[in-house]
Amino acid sequence: MRSVPNAEGRRLLILFVLLTMVTARADEAFPRGPGPTSIAGPAGQAPDVAPPAPRLATTLDAATLDRLVDPDTRDETIASLVEATDVRALPVLRALLEGNLYRGPPVFMEQQGTLQDALTGAPAQADRDQLEQVTINNRVRKMLERAVAALSVLEGPPGERLAAARVLQENPGPEVLPAVQKALARERDPQVKKGLQATAAMLALASADAAQRLAAVEELRKAHAKRQLMQRLEVERDPQVLTALYDAVRNVDLALQRAATVGLLFSGLSLGSILLLAALGLAITFGLMGVINMAHGELLMVGAYATWLVQAAFRGSRHFDWYLLAALPASFVAAALVGALLEITVVRKLYGRPLETLLATWGASLLIIQAVRVAFGAQNVEVSNPGWMSGGVTLLPDLVLPWNRIMILAFSASVLFGVWLLLRHTRLGLLVRAVTQDRQRAAGLGVRTPRVDLLAFAIGSGIAGLGGCALSQIGNVGPELGQGFIVDSFMVVVLGGVGQLAGTTIAAASLGVVNKLLEPWAGAVMAKIAVLLFVIVFIQRRPQGLFALRGRALEEG
Amino acid sequence: MNRSLGLAALACAVTLAAGNARAEETIKVGILHSLSGTMAISETSLKDTALMTIDEINASGGVLGRKLEPVVVDPASNWPLFAEKARQLLTKDKVAVVFGCWTSVSRKSVLPVFEELNGLLFYPVQYEGEELSKNVFYTGAAPNQQAIPAVEYLMSKEGGGATRFFLLGTDYVYPRTTNKILRAFLHSKGVTDKDIQEIYTPFGHSDYQTIVGQIKAFGAGGHTAVISTINGDSNVPFYKELGNQGLKATDIPVVAFSVGEEELRGIDTKPLVGHLAAWNYFMSVKNPANTAFIKKWKEYVKKNGLPGGESRVTNDPMEATYVGMHMWAQAVKKAGTTKVDAVRSAMSGQTFAAPSGFTLKMDETNHHLWKPVMIGEVQGNGQFSVVWKTGKPVRAQPWSPFIPGNEKRAER
Repeated sequence: MRSVPNAEGRRLLILFVLLTMVTARADEAFPRGPGPTSIAGPAGQAPDVAPPAPRLATTLDAATLDRLVDPDTRDETIASLVEATDVRALPVLRALLEGNLYRGPPVFMEQQGTLQDALTGAPAQADRDQLEQVTINNRVRKMLERAVAALSVLEGPPGERLAAARVLQENPGPEVLPAVQKALARERDPQVKKGLQATAAMLALASADAAQRLAAVEELRKAHAKRQLMQRLEVERDPQVLTALYDAVRNVDLALQRAATVGLLFSGLSLGSILLLAALGLAITFGLMGVINMAHGELLMVGAYATWLVQAAFRGSRHFDWYLLAALPASFVAAALVGALLEITVVRKLYGRPLETLLATWGASLLIIQAVRVAFGAQNVEVSNPGWMSGGVTLLPDLVLPWNRIMILAFSASVLFGVWLLLRHTRLGLLVRAVTQDRQRAAGLGVRTPRVDLLAFAIGSGIAGLGGCALSQIGNVGPELGQGFIVDSFMVVVLGGVGQLAGTTIAAASLGVVNKLLEPWAGAVMAKIAVLLFVIVFIQRRPQGLFALRGRALEEG
Repeated sequence: MNRSLGLAALACAVTLAAGNARAEETIKVGILHSLSGTMAISETSLKDTALMTIDEINASGGVLGRKLEPVVVDPASNWPLFAEKARQLLTKDKVAVVFGCWTSVSRKSVLPVFEELNGLLFYPVQYEGEELSKNVFYTGAAPNQQAIPAVEYLMSKEGGGATRFFLLGTDYVYPRTTNKILRAFLHSKGVTDKDIQEIYTPFGHSDYQTIVGQIKAFGAGGHTAVISTINGDSNVPFYKELGNQGLKATDIPVVAFSVGEEELRGIDTKPLVGHLAAWNYFMSVKNPANTAFIKKWKEYVKKNGLPGGESRVTNDPMEATYVGMHMWAQAVKKAGTTKVDAVRSAMSGQTFAAPSGFTLKMDETNHHLWKPVMIGEVQGNGQFSVVWKTGKPVRAQPWSPFIPGNEKRAER
C-alpha cells in the first residue's frame, strides 16, 4: 500500500518534466513577441492607433517575392511590406497591381514593355509564351491599391503624394498607419501635410480611444465617406461616438441627396442637349420650311458615319486625339450634300404636298439605311472617344460629370448660337425667313426661291450631321442610329412651336429634364411612355406648341 | 423560236438536275443569327463561328460522306421575323438543323415553329432556364451554371462579401426570369428585399447617366454588387458611362452575364479593370484545345477578311456554337442519318473536348450540356482573367429549384 503514493508521485514528476519539455519546444517553435525570424502576422490585427507591435521590417528579397506571388501568403506579405514602409517594394507592388508580374523563378516584372528581374531590376530574357502572369482579384486589388498609395505618400512629387493620401482616405486599412505617420513626420508641403493629417484622423476610426474615434467620424463626415461610417456603425459601442456616427450618416445622406439632385438635373440637361442637336436641323427644314422630312434621322446617321470615316483616316496618327475637330466640318458637309441631293430629287417636286413628302422622304430614309448597310455593313462601327473626352470632372465629392457630356452640352449651345446668328444676322438667313414667310412676294422682289430652299434644306441637313457627330461620342453608331431619334426630334420641334428656335431649345431642355426626373421614379421604359403621352395631350390642348408664331406661316398651315 | 424554247427547256432541265444532284450531295445547315439591329454586336460572330465550323467539318470530309451547306438568314433583331425565318429555313430550305438565336425572346418566338415542324435548334447562349423542348439542344449555361455561382462568388470573402445587390437588365424575358430566380436565391441566403434593387431598360437604351447615378447612391450603403443582364449594344454606352463616372470595381463590382470579349471589343477597358463576367469559357483560358480554337478562328478571320481583322476575339457563345455543331455532326454520324428523331436520340451522352479545357457531355435526359463555371475579371486589354472556376463540369438545372412549383416538374 505504501508504494501507491510513491508511484503516484513518480508519475506526477514524469508528467511535470514532460510538460516543461513540451512548453519549451513550443516556445522554440512559436517564439512569443517579436523575434528575428518573425514574419508579419495576418493583416488587420492592429486596430489601435498606436503603431503596431514592432515586427522586423520585411524588406524586399527573393523569399519575400516568392511569398508575394503565392496566393496563400500574398495578403500578409503585402501587409508586412507596407508596415515596413519599404519604398523599394513600390515598383513590384505596382507591377502586381497592373498585371505585369510573372511567376518565376526568378520572378519577372514588365516595365514599359521590357522584362526585368523583379528583385534586381536588371534586364532579363525569357520566353513570353512560357511566362505565367500573376493574376489578382478585386479583393487583392483593393489591398494593393492601398499598399501602393501607402508607400507613395513617402516619395514622389507633392501632387502624387497628396493623391495617394486621398486614396488612403477612401480605402483605409490598419497596416498603412506606420507609413502615414512616417510621412507626416517628414512632410514639408503644407497642402500634402493637411491631406495626410485628415487621412491619419480617419484611420483612427478603429482606435481604442473614443476621442480619436470622434475626430475620425468628423473627418469622414467631411469626406462624405458613408460606406466607412456605416461599417463602423455596426461595431461601435460607445454611446457618444454612436450619436456622432448617426449624425454624420444623416449629414452625408443629405449631401448625397443634394449631389444626386444636381446630377439628375445635369443628366436631364445633357439629354436635352442631345435632343436639341438632333432637332435643330429639323427646326429649320420642318419648322421654317414646313417639309416633313422623315429622313432626318438618317442625316444624323450620315454625320455619325462621316465622323467614323474621319476617325479611321486619323488612326495611327499622333494627332488622333483631335480627329473630332476635323470630323465636325466633314460631318456637316456630308450630311448637307445628302440633304441637297434629297432636296433636288425628292423634296423640291413635292413642296406644298405634305402627305406625299412624308411618304417619299420615308422611302428615302429606307434607301439611305440600306445604302449604308451595303457600304459599311449592318453591324455597329466603333467610334472611340478622344482622350480629352474620356473620364469626368469631380464637381462635388459624390458627383462626377463626364467630359463627353459636358462637351456635348457646350457644343449644342454653340451650334444653337450659330444657327441663331445665321438666321438673324446673315443675308441668307434673311432670305430664308423672307421666303418662308411669304414665298410669292419674296419671289416678286427677285429672290431666287428654289435656290434659297435648296440652301436652307442643305444647311438644316448639315446641322443634323453635326448632331450625328456629337451622337457618335455617346452612343452606338449603326445604320439604324437615326430611327431612334426621328420621333424625339419631331416631338421637340412640335412641342416647342413650329418655326421657333427658342421654343425648340426650351422644349428640348424640358423634355430631357422631365424624362430624367421621371426615370428613377418610374423606370426608363415608363418614363419614355409617360413623356410621349404628355406630349400627345399637350399638343391636343395647344396645337401651336409652347411658343406660337404669329403670322402667315401658321395661317398657311 | 422553237429552237430557243427547246434550249430554254434543256437549260431548265440541266439546272434542275444540277440542283437535285447538289441536294443529294450536301446537308443544309440553317444559321439564324441577327446580322443587323441591336443584337448584331453579339450575334454576328456566332454566324462567323458557325461558318468556320462548317468549313472545318467539310475539310475533314463532311458528315456521312456529304458536305455541309450553310444557309444564312438575317432576322435583324426582330423577334417575329425570327419565327418567319425559322419557318422558311425548315420548310423552304429544308435544313437538317438550325444553329441560332441569342436573346430568349427570339428563342421563345421560334420555339412553336420548331415544335410544329419537328425541327432541330441548337441554342448557344446562357439563358434563364424554365424551358425544355425536345426540339432544342441548349449548349449555353442554365442559371445554376452561371448566375447562381456568380452571385455565390460575390458573396464570398474573395468576391468582396457583397450583401446588397443592384439587379440591372434589359426589359425582356431573360433578365426578368433570371432576376426572379436570383431574388429567390438571395432570400434563401438571408438577403432582404430592401437590399435588392431591380431596374430595367429598353433594348438599345443608350443613356445610362441616371442609372449609374442610382448605382452609386445605392452602393453608398456598402458591400454592393451590380448584376447586369443588359443585352446587346446597350452595353457599350453602359460601360462607357461606368468608366467616365469613375465607378471602380474595387468599390462596386459589376458582374455581367451577357458581356464577353466580343462586346468589350472597341471599349477602352482600362477604367473597367476588375468588373466581372461569369461564363463557361474565356478566351484567356490556357489549354491546347483553346490554343487550337483561337488559331483556327484567327486564320478564318484573316482568310475571309472579316471586319475587325486582328482585333477579333473568341467568346463563350462562340465556343458553345462550335461545341454544339461538332456534337451534332458526331450524333449524325452515330445515327447514320440527319433525321431529327434519330439525331435527337444519338445526341444524348455525346462528348466533345471543348476549348474550355474540359470534355463536355450532352446530358442523357435534359438536352443541356454539362459545363464548367468560370468567373473572370476584365483586364486592361479587354480580356478576362479567371478568378474562380469549378473543378469539373456541372450538370444543368433547367428548372431552377428557386422558382416555386419547379420541384414537381419532371425532367422527362
